[in-house]
Amino acid sequence: MTDTAERRALTREQLLSVYRTMRSIREFEERVHAEFATGEIPGFVHLYAGEEASAVGVCSNLDDRDTIASTHRGHGHCIAKGVDVSEMMAEIYGRRTGSCHGKGGSMHIADLSKGMLGANGIVGGGPPLICGTALAAKIKGTGGVSVAFFGDGASNQGTTLESMNLASVWNLPAIFIAENNGYAEATSSTWSVASDNIADRAAGFGMPGVIVDGFDFFAVHETASEAVSRAREGGGPTLIEMKFTRYFGHFEGDQQTYRAGEVEHARAELDCLRRFAARVIETGELARSDLDAVDAEVATMIDKAVDEAKAAPLPTEADLLTDVYSHY
Amino acid sequence: MARTITYREAINEALAQEMERDESVIVMGEDNAGGAGSPGEEDAWGGVLGVTKGLYHKFPGRVLDTPISESAFIGAAIGAATAGMRPVAELMFVDFMGVCFDQIYNQAAKFRYMFGGKAVTPVVIRTMYGAGLRAAAQHSQCLYPLFTHIPGLKVVVPSTPYDAKGLLTHAIRDNDPVMFFEHKALYDMAGPVPEEGYAVPFGEANVVREGGDVTIVTLGRMVHTSLEAAEQLAAAGVQCEVVDLRTTSPLDEDTVLESVEGTGRVVVVDEAHPRCSVATDISALVAKKAFGALRAPIEMVTAPHTPVPFSSTLEDLYMPDAQRIVNAVKTIAEWTR
Repeated sequence: MTDTAERRALTREQLLSVYRTMRSIREFEERVHAEFATGEIPGFVHLYAGEEASAVGVCSNLDDRDTIASTHRGHGHCIAKGVDVSEMMAEIYGRRTGSCHGKGGSMHIADLSKGMLGANGIVGGGPPLICGTALAAKIKGTGGVSVAFFGDGASNQGTTLESMNLASVWNLPAIFIAENNGYAEATSSTWSVASDNIADRAAGFGMPGVIVDGFDFFAVHETASEAVSRAREGGGPTLIEMKFTRYFGHFEGDQQTYRAGEVEHARAELDCLRRFAARVIETGELARSDLDAVDAEVATMIDKAVDEAKAAPLPTEADLLTDVYSHY
Repeated sequence: MARTITYREAINEALAQEMERDESVIVMGEDNAGGAGSPGEEDAWGGVLGVTKGLYHKFPGRVLDTPISESAFIGAAIGAATAGMRPVAELMFVDFMGVCFDQIYNQAAKFRYMFGGKAVTPVVIRTMYGAGLRAAAQHSQCLYPLFTHIPGLKVVVPSTPYDAKGLLTHAIRDNDPVMFFEHKALYDMAGPVPEEGYAVPFGEANVVREGGDVTIVTLGRMVHTSLEAAEQLAAAGVQCEVVDLRTTSPLDEDTVLESVEGTGRVVVVDEAHPRCSVATDISALVAKKAFGALRAPIEMVTAPHTPVPFSSTLEDLYMPDAQRIVNAVKTIAEWTR
């Protein structure tokens, strides 16, 4: 599917919302990248910049009934599913005001009230979980759909493969989004994935497998829309493979000596935000000034989130022992 | 009103009564009904040892057979628990934890803490443990110490039909992830069990025999072996107090310590391996918090630090038995300081 593919028309408000979300992810990640370099952000951080069209293209088809599970590279999925950006930033800074009160950090941001079942520090941790949320939706008859985002690395994990099989066996309203950004840590997916495409594996689990240009919001949105509709109607799971690349390293601090210029090319030629802007301006659906206004609004929001995070209180000693159990 | 039923029937009854009481309770596992997609009988097995037999027809759509994919279905039970269900998943033998442990200890156990208290995960994972059935090294282990080590999990090891029903009922109603250990050699054991539903709370050990000379702290199947030893010792003039821990997480420290304060002597009896185990945990607890009361060294009777052997000769040697408990008790009963 390409930029010129037929697509369901999005309203002006929807287009602005989609752009705002993608821009928020980009700005969030660029800013975390810059702030991490100052040494103020503790721990491991994995950035999603470059992959925005996947999270937003999928999640713009979801609503409050729906659940997603994410990965260690989870900031984009969180923002796309509606997790509060200021609370996320505070969490990354380890503050008490963070999404998880500073007890989770970048790799464990979650907001179950938004259907966001957590970023996940374990590669392949999410797919089994969304089989469960999909099962719950099916038994309760909510019409809810569950989505597992996972990377090319997780596509080789048994948990992921077992979950795709189970989702088909139980005919679950589940969608598996393989975000093939080309590298599992420093290892190329052209080496680690034995099939030509991750999507090819869908045939082995009795579900459709679709390959999408992960830089193309409209292609992602359209493909995900079909998968979501089918899942909601009881038609079972789908595997969608996004092909794209990430703009930063595996983690912040990764010198990326294994890469060879593809980021510069992607930023200049393939970038999802540029392509989205060019498309909606060309069709006349939005004006440059509309997008500029969103950019300014998002920049202010991220500035505020960083300022608030830096000023926010740290957890206290009493927080160490709470919330291990509901009751013990 | 109590009548006599087996440990297996007690577990089945707890499941049935909780499924009746709360429609969010669902059951899943390998052959939990049995016969899915097969040309013959549905509900053919009711689990590999028949524990869930009959639930499939009683609760349509709420007893799910699974492929042999422990990571996927244990993870699915956990995911469903975060979404308003109360799943009871069966991990057939606890030895199979190796193919799904991540979902239990990295996912279920940690959600609440990692997410800042914003998650509840009311999942129960029922699992068989224990030696004695000549089932060899990969179907006989007592791995509850590994789960007890993990913050966020609760670990239950019932010893009688009464406790099996009451503790499972509590486990299903509990909002935290619970590992529920069923000894495969206890399934046919019969005992008095009330017909009506009831919950036995966690973290409350049961003094199953009173005595003033030596405390025996134990759990699961070893409760019965310890009681057998206590009978023999009583005939020899040594009165043992036998404490059944019931749950290893939470742990009822007070009941253990109170008993040891009274007797000054303790033998910990555990079917698990000796290292980093319930036996060493209880020993450390007593050494730290009841040192002043001790009148003899702490004794442990456990399986050895070996895999479970197959040959009946070897497996019998492997299992702690009443004679070893008697010997350990006699050793410290004579000790003075």
